[in-house]
Amino acid sequence: MPELSSQQAVGIDVSAVADTADPVHRFYSVLGSGNIRAALIEPSGLPPARLIEVQSGDWGKASQHAAAESWRWAGVWAEDLGVDLEINACLERRGAYLILRTRVRANHPELPSHAPHYWAADRPERHIHDLFGIRFSDHPDPRRWTRHQAWDEHTFPLRKSLAVAGDQPLETAPDCDYPFLKAQGASVNEIPVGPVHAGTIEPGHFRFQAIGETVLHLEERLGYVHKGIEKLAEGRDRAALARLAGRVSGDCTVGHTWAACMAMERAAGVEIPLRAAYLRGILAERERVINHLGDLGALCNDVGFLFGYYEFGRLRELWLRENLAWFGHRLMMDRIVPGGVAVNLSQDRAERMRQSLDALRRELDELITILDANSSLEDRLVGAGLLATDTAAALGALGFVGRASGQTFDVRKDAPYAPYDRLPVRVPLEDQGDVSSRFWVRYKELRAALRLLEQMLRDLPAGELTTVWQTPREHAAGFGAVESWRGEILCYVRFGEGGLIRRYYPRDPSIINWPALEQLVLGNIVPDFPVCNKSVNGSYSGHDL
Amino acid sequence: MLRLYGKIFKTGVLTERVPAAAKPVPARAEGPVPISAEVDETIQRAGERLKTVVDRRFRGSLAIRQVDSGSCNGCELEIHALNNVYYGIERFGVHFVASPRHADILLVTGPVSRHMEAALKRTYEAMADPKWVLAAGDCGACGGEFGVSYASCGAVANVIPVDGVIPGCPPAPIALIRGILDLLAR
Ligand code: SF4
Repeated sequence: MPELSSQQAVGIDVSAVADTADPVHRFYSVLGSGNIRAALIEPSGLPPARLIEVQSGDWGKASQHAAAESWRWAGVWAEDLGVDLEINACLERRGAYLILRTRVRANHPELPSHAPHYWAADRPERHIHDLFGIRFSDHPDPRRWTRHQAWDEHTFPLRKSLAVAGDQPLETAPDCDYPFLKAQGASVNEIPVGPVHAGTIEPGHFRFQAIGETVLHLEERLGYVHKGIEKLAEGRDRAALARLAGRVSGDCTVGHTWAACMAMERAAGVEIPLRAAYLRGILAERERVINHLGDLGALCNDVGFLFGYYEFGRLRELWLRENLAWFGHRLMMDRIVPGGVAVNLSQDRAERMRQSLDALRRELDELITILDANSSLEDRLVGAGLLATDTAAALGALGFVGRASGQTFDVRKDAPYAPYDRLPVRVPLEDQGDVSSRFWVRYKELRAALRLLEQMLRDLPAGELTTVWQTPREHAAGFGAVESWRGEILCYVRFGEGGLIRRYYPRDPSIINWPALEQLVLGNIVPDFPVCNKSVNGSYSGHDL
Repeated sequence: MLRLYGKIFKTGVLTERVPAAAKPVPARAEGPVPISAEVDETIQRAGERLKTVVDRRFRGSLAIRQVDSGSCNGCELEIHALNNVYYGIERFGVHFVASPRHADILLVTGPVSRHMEAALKRTYEAMADPKWVLAAGDCGACGGEFGVSYASCGAVANVIPVDGVIPGCPPAPIALIRGILDLLAR
């Protein structure tokens, strides 16, 4: 259940702390006055993120202070260092990223949980428990999460002592006995759905408790497409990691590859050429456009408005074909490489892309007039799947899901990176929080992406496409944050010997956003679940890793 | 409403003839046969041949059940595209169904994650004979970027019998159409 972070402020006198302009310094002094032994490490080694180390016993209290100070909880990952396990939680406030770090003994891995203070920490901590064996002592939900039956409860695949091959049982049993929350009562019925769904979508399980047609409770059970991405990354070289990152979530291949390359480049101290940054921006905005087009169409389809489905699908296909013609791949996989990009854009193609922007704008003008006048569409979208602004804030909802519920955060604007640091990024906002809001926010983002593309084509600087790579020293780490079409992607990379990857953790926005679906579907009728689900469109693969 | 009809009229019919393959893909000697386009005739003709096969053996309609057994979702995007106005796969008598019991072909994407192993087997077992399995994408064909690990069984053929594979990461819609047509036309 969501707990509003502001309600956790009890007992902490924040007014005593000087309101310094730097939120990290401010938080550091808050920790000090809360009798928490913390060390602000400068330089952090993970720029632009800052780093504060705390004792493992203070881990939970530190997060309580963070919640009271309105830091957004953005992710957590662990790393096996041999004798110790290192745990990093990522927080964000006003565009400043802060890594909170601690260590526990590998043979006694116990740590207070962040979940009592941050709703979003619930499943990521369970993921860490299942893969590293770290016990979060006061975690409100002790059930397994990513682990089904492929390995047992005493095996922790991300410990270095375990081979990537694992034990390889002859056959993996289905995960039948997961203890779902049950509702009791004569008129309550339970509806299990998945993992194999009726349509062509990714696998996951949804357990509904319904009264008649109305959803009383929904519980998600994910982890079906867990492929061991974090483990598979270990020992790869930089090019192979970029390829793997491009397959964390295929619909977001540009976003994840960019985040991974950004983290690797920062670890290696490599700066990419400005032209490469602009080309990455062009690829990323094109990815935003094709996914928004596809999903606007799919939302129309889910409420039986086939005209919209076919028209948006047609526009999407045209852009996919342009991707193939200009960049050599319909989804633009593997076009971003460590140190730069593997594509170029001639004057001639840039001109054709400009024309295509105009063409799409004209088509959208025409379509949106028709959609706007169509009351049957409005009937189905308005008021469905409501995510209240305070629920979205408590969760730290990302991307268009957050922005349709009043959350303004956008990495491109709040923690800008090249090329967005030199572009006027407009972040559209809605605050109704229903399916309709998410539909319209995405439409507006689509228009904003077209403007950004136009500007990037105009400003596209001359220069190199890649920069000379420098092998990072052993243990060099890097942090990446990009705004993909789905929202903020975080990425952590640490190198080992010989420029090979020692640790890779991608935090897909879906990891944060999935719990939002459980909330926004409440009170809706079961047949509206597909459109509610589509309006969030979480990635199963990006979540399950 | 008039505007809507106007737009439909203006957009017109966009469904395309499927062009011939650009390059021949040699068939492998053993294992599941990679589905390649026949280079000496257009797919349109292969499609017509298929229509004959579908008409004779499937009473005019071929049903596909798709299962993602661990894909990155890239393959799904291209399978979705088969239903857009340009490809319109239903004109070949091919359609996607919700129940494996209605399906002639199981189209599987992704490496098979160990957590999906049982669900994939059950889906396969739920299909009535005769049935065919197509593994789409490099992951389904050979394990792709993920291979075999503590969490993944690798290629689809490691879990259920596979009749043909469609390579590509992801295979473009045109490659998927050729793969389906070729499986049944051979
Ligand atoms: S073949 Fe490529 S696109 Fe398809 S599931 Fe595998 S990685 Fe994703």
